[in-house]
Amino acid sequence: MATVEARHISKHFDEVRAVDGIDLLAREGEFLVLLGPSGCGKTTLMRLIAGLEQPTAGDIVIDGRVVTDLPPRARNVAMVFQSYALYPHLTVAKNISFPLRAVGMQRDAIRKKVEWAARMFGIERFLDRKPRQLSGGERQRVALARAVVREPVVFLLDEPLSNLDAKLRNSARDELKQFQRVLATTTIYVTHDQAEAMGLGDRIAVLNQGKVIQIGTPQEIYGKPMDTFVATFIGSPPMNLVEEGASYVGFRPEAFLPREVGSSEDSVAFPFRVTRVEYLGADRLVYGVLEGRTAEAHVISKLPNNIRAEVVAGERYDFVVRKREIHRFDRNSGRHIDGRGDDDGNR
Amino acid sequence: MTTATANTFTAKAGWRTRLADNERLLWPLMLAPAILYIVLLVGFPFFLSLFYSVSDVTVGSRSMSFVGLENFRRVVATDTFWTALKNTLIFTIVSQVFVLVFANILAMSLSADFRGKWLVRLLILLPWVAPISLGAIGWLWIYDSIYSVINWTGQALRLLGPNEWPIWLGQPTLAMVSIIIVQIWRIVPLATVILLAGLTSIPQDIHDAAAVDGAGFWRRTLQITFPLLLPITLVAVLFGIIFTFTDMIVVFLLTRGGPYDQTQVLATWAFFTGIQGGDLAGGAAVSLFLFPVLVAVAIVFLLLARRSEVT
Repeated sequence: MATVEARHISKHFDEVRAVDGIDLLAREGEFLVLLGPSGCGKTTLMRLIAGLEQPTAGDIVIDGRVVTDLPPRARNVAMVFQSYALYPHLTVAKNISFPLRAVGMQRDAIRKKVEWAARMFGIERFLDRKPRQLSGGERQRVALARAVVREPVVFLLDEPLSNLDAKLRNSARDELKQFQRVLATTTIYVTHDQAEAMGLGDRIAVLNQGKVIQIGTPQEIYGKPMDTFVATFIGSPPMNLVEEGASYVGFRPEAFLPREVGSSEDSVAFPFRVTRVEYLGADRLVYGVLEGRTAEAHVISKLPNNIRAEVVAGERYDFVVRKREIHRFDRNSGRHIDGRGDDDGNR
Repeated sequence: MTTATANTFTAKAGWRTRLADNERLLWPLMLAPAILYIVLLVGFPFFLSLFYSVSDVTVGSRSMSFVGLENFRRVVATDTFWTALKNTLIFTIVSQVFVLVFANILAMSLSADFRGKWLVRLLILLPWVAPISLGAIGWLWIYDSIYSVINWTGQALRLLGPNEWPIWLGQPTLAMVSIIIVQIWRIVPLATVILLAGLTSIPQDIHDAAAVDGAGFWRRTLQITFPLLLPITLVAVLFGIIFTFTDMIVVFLLTRGGPYDQTQVLATWAFFTGIQGGDLAGGAAVSLFLFPVLVAVAIVFLLLARRSEVT
């Protein structure tokens, strides 16, 4: 258990600033998710923490100790790779015991530890098999067991669920969260999947172009996006943004409802011409244009199935949004302007 | 469907399209050159030498009769044959051991990133792409009894005594060392390229995982890289053994088997007996000694390679 801190860390590959002066603190025992589009620098940041990359500037601090100049093996971190990176020529038992043999642990102690880790992930049956004889889900468990076995101070997980099929991914996500709770080891988890990030993270750091844009709990990230990037990156479909003078007006599709269901004293009305309705089972997505505006304002409404109001393509309706669900962003900087989405000092 | 499409073309395009779609006609046609090549240039000489080895054929005579295993008995009875067999084994094993060591070092250094890498790669590949006769003539001068650059350098650096002038190709042990050095120089590039291909096929994640798992350079190399590289290493060694075992160019150009047949290998001895000595039957018998050994080597290595196959 330890804190992990990035102090103004940068990594440039020639001209590309993969990581551009990031300050970040993962608290003790915290599950911190690094979320961002591909190429945002999240994996590079994780590799910097692991010691697999040397920073161009800045420091990595683990448990209060500056480890920037230490090789990966001296940092006592464990990493699970997207490809799992199991050693293909070694049995599952040898794969799991590799980190222990590397530190020269006694054979008896190794055996006990391997059994403990294998039992934890339910892979005792596979100990004598080679990785190629395992399914994707089993390989992922072996990779986790290998990471857990030497009880590192930090777990680094690089999209460990992205090679699993959708059904397995849900149960694996659930298990992962439980293991982390039990072990209470500080965990940094990289993903581009917002559902994973929202479901797993104690806090989420949203990255874009090598910078941390916002860091906060899933509720804060979703409810108070700091700028238009976070607003449109999180949420599916993303937040609607409509030009209005020197600012953007933003509202979530699920907050944009027909007048008869959404109306209250503090709601704002928008005349809405529907162009297309998509039926998705649990909800309907209503695509359309806001009328009476200079620029074409395409917006989406997400209506859960319990809202039965009739919405037909080609018709014009009055839709409303509650005032407290409306966000305003500066048109130039993209930053939130009415104070509520401001930095809460949790960066 | 294919004929219908073909018919819509002009008559000239028609037969071409039909041929291109006719698999029954096409596969023998495509395979024919390869089969012809194997039969004429590999199969025919091989069976001819099998045939010669049990006859009493010579270059000068027209008659030929069956003599059974007489040629083999005669060849085995000579001292030169045993010297050649011993030399072939030493030549092959010693050169391959060094090739493996050097090729591994080179491949590992070349898989790292550094400036001017392409130039170093080019230089390392040069011995392989340059004609061996040119290279061997260069080596002939390097080993020359009077002009040897090694001797002059040794003298200048005082590594050799004032009257010490080793005759590289003239003293039995030195001559053997010399041809082994040239063979190493010649085979290393190929082995390096093969190992380099093997190294690049190991995913970077595996190296990273080992580094995070606490392995230092030696543990990573010995427990991860080498085992994963083993199948491809076996292929490189197999090539090296076969190229060295059957090779006569280096020995032929540098020492012609001398001094006093002390550097003779089976390939050169077969050539000197059969072609230059006119004893075709004896030469065929000598050269056939290579065959079972090579078959055995090939089988053993391919079996090993399959067993150690990974991923």
